Amino acid sequence: MKIEGRVVVYGDNIDTDVIIPGRYLVLQEPSELAKHAMEGIDPSFPEKAREGVIIVAGRNFGCGSSREEAPVALKHANTRCVIAESFARIFYRNAINIGLPIIEASLRDKVSEGDLLSVDLVSGIIENKTKGIRIQAKPLPPLAIEIINAGGLTKYVRRKLGLE
Amino acid sequence: MNIVEKILARASGEREVSPGQIVDAKVDKAMMHDLTGPRVIDSFREIGVKRVWDPERIIVVFDHDVPPSTIKAAELQKKVRNFVKEQGIRYFYDIGRGGVCHVVMLEKGHVKPGELIVGADSHTVTYGALGAFATGVGATDMAAVLATGSIWLRVPETLKFEVDGKLQKRVYAKDLILHIIGMIGSEGANYKAMLFSGRAIRDLGIDGRATICNMSIEAGAKAGIVEPDEKAMKYVRERAGEPISPIRSDDDAEFAKVYEVDASRLEPQVAIPPSVDNVKPVSEVGDVEINQGFIGTCTNGRLDDLRAAAEILRGKKVKDGVRLVIIPGSQEVYHQALEEGLIDVFVKAGAIVCGPGCGPCIGISRGVLADDEVCISSANRNFVGRMGSPRSKVYLASPATVAASAIRGKITDPREVG
Repeated sequence: MKIEGRVVVYGDNIDTDVIIPGRYLVLQEPSELAKHAMEGIDPSFPEKAREGVIIVAGRNFGCGSSREEAPVALKHANTRCVIAESFARIFYRNAINIGLPIIEASLRDKVSEGDLLSVDLVSGIIENKTKGIRIQAKPLPPLAIEIINAGGLTKYVRRKLGLE
Repeated sequence: MNIVEKILARASGEREVSPGQIVDAKVDKAMMHDLTGPRVIDSFREIGVKRVWDPERIIVVFDHDVPPSTIKAAELQKKVRNFVKEQGIRYFYDIGRGGVCHVVMLEKGHVKPGELIVGADSHTVTYGALGAFATGVGATDMAAVLATGSIWLRVPETLKFEVDGKLQKRVYAKDLILHIIGMIGSEGANYKAMLFSGRAIRDLGIDGRATICNMSIEAGAKAGIVEPDEKAMKYVRERAGEPISPIRSDDDAEFAKVYEVDASRLEPQVAIPPSVDNVKPVSEVGDVEINQGFIGTCTNGRLDDLRAAAEILRGKKVKDGVRLVIIPGSQEVYHQALEEGLIDVFVKAGAIVCGPGCGPCIGISRGVLADDEVCISSANRNFVGRMGSPRSKVYLASPATVAASAIRGKITDPREVG
């Protein structure tokens, strides 16, 4: 499972309130949520992400609330993958459940905004094609890969229950 | 095994479990509210199961935008109401019947020691106050629980906080948990459970323990928990009306790390925006003028919290130019506060009292902030834009500190006010 995209860089503790502020949670359409992705910290993100991006962030990405709208907004704003040094646990589960690829790696000093990255979720190999650097990240756990391969948790559960 | 491991072992039918192990656990109760419910329902439909796994074990509470402030919110609530009816969900707390979900869950007897509870809300961790393992999940995880009654969980490592000493006057559970979060940081317990024990915790009532467990998520925790003692058992016996089989840690239980905290030296604490772990004693906060105070929420909207605020506000006035919003955590809290004359104190002080619900905590209604406004709040998060404008600022403190600050118009040590 290989993913490519240009990098957008953010810092530590990017919380769910800045990823998608509470007042937008009444929006049910993913495309509507996407228009406000990262609005709390970077209102220009949906524009930057138009062609497809990889978010590279620091520690504790997605901390705060359980709102699944956070990974949904990022995914539908055309975020192909989020790479962070660590993720808050509810965000981590939510991202996998809705099929937003995420992977843990420390890329401090190894990427700059706009670099072209390629990520292999299964092997955990990240390549910075702009700078010619290769990084071995922690691959996703097998259960997470299984859920992503199934197309998200709802499809995974359907299969488990013999509905598919 | 410790209490966390024993609960997860019981729920997954294993004789023994250890940290790092993935278990498929049976859920005792599942909770969702008006804001997460609609997405849960959509995912449930996608799974394609016709009926929920057990309508007796599902609790639905409306609290995030009540009464609805927009047509859109009203439509979403209608959708959840219809689902409740269609599925025959037994415990539904509509507007005016419940209050903040995490207050209602405890007081209506939906939480028992030793249970595994999941909620489509991050502050579900609150239920550890009664010795349950409770954790927040997203909408799709919750939909899978509604469909199957089970969830995969990684058994977490457990951090033990041994809190000894006696809290000083006007220093509360809130100050203690803010201090602990400041100590370990906002991801200090990520993927882990936090067990709170020691004299200072035993001395706390259920309301204070709820405050402590509630904010364990702000350190990233999967669960916060207190070993159930006689106080917890009495509370549950009076409310649950079902048999209780508490689970406690074995004598040789192991913990990933043990922290020792001395409660007796603690001052009132304040979390400085925009992070919950930027915590300082109130004496070191400096001169911070405020536009609004807010007392309420799943963290500090219980009766003990309103009593603490009323003690400060009795016979005093909120300073001109400052708004003080007070929201009781539930109908029961509201009613008791009326009986005790607390609401009278608040209204005479010039505070505005709103009906039970989450209020401005998530920046949807009833007290959102404008550009450059400053609020001191008894809630749990001070992230950028949490309560409204991304240019507003939210300081977190105990209800007493909020009340004292509202009187003086700036962040104030509650011990300085009569």
